[in-house]
Amino acid sequence: MTARGGLRLEGLVKRFGEVVAVDGVDLELPAGQLISFLGPSGCGKTTLLRLIAGLERPTAGRVHLDGEDITDRPPHTRDIGMVFQSLALFPHLTVAGNIGYGLRIRGVPRDRVEARVRELLDLVSLSGLADRRIQQLSGGQRQRVATARALALEPRLFLLDEPLSALDANLREQLQVELRLLQQKLGITTIMVTHDQREAMTMSDLVVVMRAGRVEQVGEPLEVYRRPASAFVASFIGTTNLLRGRAAGRDLVRVGDRTFEVAGVDGDGEVVLSVRPEEAQLVVGATPDRNALPGTVVFVRDLGEMFECYVDCGLDEHVIVAGSPRERVAVGQGQRVAVAFPARACVVVRP
Amino acid sequence: MSDRPRPTRGAYAVLAFPVAMLSIFFLSPFLIMLAASFYRRIEGGFYEPAFVLDSWRRVFSDVFLERAGFSIWISLLAGAVCIAVAFPFTYFLTRMRRRPHVALLVLVLSALSLSEVIVGFAWSVLLGRAAGISNILVWLGVMDEPVAYQPGFVAVLLGLCYIAFPYCVLTLYPQLSRLDREVTEAAQTLGASPWRTFRTVVVPIMRPTIVAGFLLVFVFTLGSYLIAAILGRPEHWTLSVFISDQASFNANVPFASAMALLLTVASLAVVGLVTVVESRTRRAT
Repeated sequence: MTARGGLRLEGLVKRFGEVVAVDGVDLELPAGQLISFLGPSGCGKTTLLRLIAGLERPTAGRVHLDGEDITDRPPHTRDIGMVFQSLALFPHLTVAGNIGYGLRIRGVPRDRVEARVRELLDLVSLSGLADRRIQQLSGGQRQRVATARALALEPRLFLLDEPLSALDANLREQLQVELRLLQQKLGITTIMVTHDQREAMTMSDLVVVMRAGRVEQVGEPLEVYRRPASAFVASFIGTTNLLRGRAAGRDLVRVGDRTFEVAGVDGDGEVVLSVRPEEAQLVVGATPDRNALPGTVVFVRDLGEMFECYVDCGLDEHVIVAGSPRERVAVGQGQRVAVAFPARACVVVRP
Repeated sequence: MSDRPRPTRGAYAVLAFPVAMLSIFFLSPFLIMLAASFYRRIEGGFYEPAFVLDSWRRVFSDVFLERAGFSIWISLLAGAVCIAVAFPFTYFLTRMRRRPHVALLVLVLSALSLSEVIVGFAWSVLLGRAAGISNILVWLGVMDEPVAYQPGFVAVLLGLCYIAFPYCVLTLYPQLSRLDREVTEAAQTLGASPWRTFRTVVVPIMRPTIVAGFLLVFVFTLGSYLIAAILGRPEHWTLSVFISDQASFNANVPFASAMALLLTVASLAVVGLVTVVESRTRRAT
């Protein structure tokens, strides 16, 4: 099967009265992959998903699916499967009734509906629960029924709106892996909305970071993590240290009265650097000349699997240094140290 | 339900008041009526306590049984018509934007402030020959000369539906406005058109509510006597018309009581039957 479900969004805008929920989104999303829309609540990610599903009509812009303009098509003709945040299972139908709904209203013969429902129940590991009522299922089971129902018609697009938000942490992590494996097995183009960066990192081929109705950055999860485009992305995805300074000529940045070597900087404008805690290093003794800030240890958190050290370097926020306990430098609260930010770890980001 | 805490003595004490009120003001008149149905009527006077079956014998005559049947039939029909109109109406009402939504709701509910007499006479004018709807049709050139649509069966049905409609909307409104929008959207992403979603998802989910609304209209219109008296011919008079007739004009309280009891028992039987059928079929699907 050739990959179906390539999606192109063109200048999408959605206004609700005065509020601009989606503010000019252009995206080219490849077929067969799992793409996450990631952002804080109210950033427009769910509205964008609903525009793709056809549940909202855009104020401006077009939606193209596999080269075809589907902007004016109502949702029931779009060939999509969607899992809603509330799951939206039909309370009056059994598990089998829910999963087979799409097939039955298409007039698929009863025996073929039953066969397909069995197949789907196996796929989501719910075999034998076909005749249960929805009210008798656990949260995880309901989630699986919603997934199976959305996949029943082998849709071109599989849309997930915060599909795991109602579950507790352990189950959520388990289902993240399950959903991802299922998506890879089926090779179905999937778009997932989430505000949980860990979920996005676990599951996605591609992450679209959104903020205030606009796309902030698009990239593979690790790329977005390692090379965030803006201060917002850097601090929304994972934890980061933001160092504000000024460019001081070619490849040089001044942070306070210290000099940093950072590739690709020039001129004399304002520069914001992002350095991940695990890339920063504690130095006991004299502060190195370049790429380091002196400071005082404020707090040490040692969780066994990793340690974190909060250092007051005179910036707006404490600098965080993290690492595995094996690399831990013996420092105590109140100790004078320096934090080194290796040149390759300093990423210039948009303020 | 087993984990529900047992009610305390205090809770029973709180219940005592409404129970006492209901017994005094609801149950007692009912029992008095039951007793009165066996009293002996005094021609030209009132009645005296006795145990005679005269009234009941008269109630179980063909004429009055036929009237009871007609009353139940027209009330069932009013229930069906009301639900058929009120359910889609309320569904779309709950899906409207806030402003027209509230405005329409206020408009519908304001009809509750009209008394049955006003409604009855207003409809009799509207359906009459002198100043009714048919005059407009004549003016528009659709008809040659004005006709009277009342008195008649359809006029009575229309009147009953009109007075029951707001109550019907009120019963449906809370549940329909609580219906999760995502449920209907889910049906649409699965390929159901809006009409199909309404038919295969909204209606089945709302079935208990629909049955409740239907029964409310049924019981409510069964008790209405002015509409049938104003808009109907004698053959369209419901049992309620005869009850009020006997009680207030003929001063035959024993006979009125017996008829009222017959109507009560019959309507309870219908309510019970509908409820049983509804829960049976719900379990079967």
